[in-house]
Amino acid sequence: MHDMSNELTTLPKATKKKKSSTVIEVDDIGFSYDHGKTETLKGISMTVPKNQVTALIGPSGCGKSTLLRCLNRMNDLIDTAKITRGAIRILGQDIHAADVDAIELRKQVGMVFQKYNPFPKSIYDNVAYGLRIQGVKKKSVLDEAVERSLKSAALWDEAKDRLKDSALGLSGGQQQRLCIARTIAVRPKVILMDEPCSALDPIATAKVEELMLELRRDFTIVIVTHSMQQASRISDNTAFFYLGELIEYGPTTQIFTNPSVKQTEDYISGRFG
Amino acid sequence: MTASENPFKAKRSWTQFRGKLGVGTFGAATYFILFCAVLIFGQIAYKGLPTFFKSEAPYVNTEFFTSNPEILRVWHDAEGNKFSMPDKDFDIWREKNPDAVILDPHALNYSAGGIAGPLVGTALLVFFCMIIALSIGISAAIYLSEYCGKGRIMSLIRLSILNLAGVPSIVFALFGWGIFCHAAPVIVDHVDERSLFAFSIGSSYLSFQGWGTSLLAGSCTLAIMVLPVIITACEESLRAVPGGFREASFALGSSQWQTIRKAVLPYALPGILTATVLGITRVAGETAPIMLTATSTDKTDMPMQALQNEGVWAFFTQSVQALPFHIYTLAKLPDDPLSKPMQNGATFAFLLLVMGFAFISIVLRNRVRKKLKW
Repeated sequence: MHDMSNELTTLPKATKKKKSSTVIEVDDIGFSYDHGKTETLKGISMTVPKNQVTALIGPSGCGKSTLLRCLNRMNDLIDTAKITRGAIRILGQDIHAADVDAIELRKQVGMVFQKYNPFPKSIYDNVAYGLRIQGVKKKSVLDEAVERSLKSAALWDEAKDRLKDSALGLSGGQQQRLCIARTIAVRPKVILMDEPCSALDPIATAKVEELMLELRRDFTIVIVTHSMQQASRISDNTAFFYLGELIEYGPTTQIFTNPSVKQTEDYISGRFG
Repeated sequence: MTASENPFKAKRSWTQFRGKLGVGTFGAATYFILFCAVLIFGQIAYKGLPTFFKSEAPYVNTEFFTSNPEILRVWHDAEGNKFSMPDKDFDIWREKNPDAVILDPHALNYSAGGIAGPLVGTALLVFFCMIIALSIGISAAIYLSEYCGKGRIMSLIRLSILNLAGVPSIVFALFGWGIFCHAAPVIVDHVDERSLFAFSIGSSYLSFQGWGTSLLAGSCTLAIMVLPVIITACEESLRAVPGGFREASFALGSSQWQTIRKAVLPYALPGILTATVLGITRVAGETAPIMLTATSTDKTDMPMQALQNEGVWAFFTQSVQALPFHIYTLAKLPDDPLSKPMQNGATFAFLLLVMGFAFISIVLRNRVRKKLKW
């Protein structure tokens, strides 16, 4: 088994001021949805520091979701999709190397989707899904993991008495937190969130945002969001994308108060997008 | 304000009239179909029901469901009293009344006894056909919907499958007759003359001489006939499973097979069961394929006897009776009022059987659907 924890220590420190090691390193990545004819991502380079929330913002079609899906190779599922150049390293390992199994990668790099998508099973079965897939059968282990994950996702108090009830009986916000719990249950290193609050009302959104700030202690979070307010509220770093290019990347406070590129400023201030 | 000043006063117009005419026509067409269905079902039930019952206790004609078709012997005596009784009772009666005068004796085929043989035969054909068709059909549907891409070859394959559904059943019948009855491989001790070719394996031979007119050949023929329907319907129901389930499953580190097994197939089950209903109702009613590949008129014993006496292989390679074919045979009998009860009873029983199959599948589907809602 490849020992990732060793490599972590040998990685170069993040270039930013914060004392935090790099978890994800995107190096000049190019990506195409049509066999390389047109590039959706045009040479993106950025690093994501450990135990921080990194937000990807930008107008629709700018490539932020595409980049997110490159990080756990969800784009592998699209036949015509292709990495055209560059490399992505997570925990120091090139994730497109020949001996990398996308399935193993996804166990370490979990994902929460825009539209909450719990399985039409019980709450318990939803959280236990990932572990059962890995072959965990012992009830005590599953019970413990379900409780731990639901607690981490701030859903335990609401769900503990109805673990055997269908997940679809929960409210939208609860369902999204259940999806987060389901992701946490397999103990990933990184959680990718693809506009996790876009289908939620403001109160549910506030809860999920609060949760993200909690989760930051244990996980590295990359979030794609349409809402600039959300990015400013919860993220430590913000990357602004436009037309497949990374326009500006830096600490959130700097991006929002003192952007160095005109385009970023225009977008942040609502002049376009 | 007076009524004449009503600004919203209805105007008689062509548009209105045409609209009403349209609704009338569509409604009439719908109720006409309903009328036809009620007429057909009603007539079959009205004529067939009396066969199910009899005047003395226990009032239900159990013999009709538990015994095989028999010859009905008909004659009259010197006084002109008419007699009719099944073949097997006739011999006993004759022994008891050796002096009875028998005038104008004649025999009516299939006009006595019951439909046990055809009933069991059809049930077996449908059962094995659906096992074969579902296992192949679901596998192919999974491949088409989950694994293969969208290339030109794949759309060609899909198109062929769709077109196959429109092929007349007699073509499938001839295909099955040629392949399964006369060319399929069997292991035998002595190679039959009709064998296409054979090679020896140990002390026996693998001979391509077919399975003859048999339950197995019939089931396989029906299975191939119903496969396009099953594949298309299963693929549709697999595709109808929300993509979010697949994504969520993959994102949790499942392999493709785990995703299909745990996050797609269970939710496609109602659709697959619907496909099964469609398949069963089509298969159970088919006559042409089984006429050529599975049934023979001289079959008289029950299918289970072969299983007890000669083993599993003999069970599958025996010919069977089947209800649709039995009804066809009955319909071709010379017109005689004494043959009518069997004809009507068999038809009604057949209708009930097919509806029963469909009903079971629908109940099953609704139960599954209730559990899986999203």
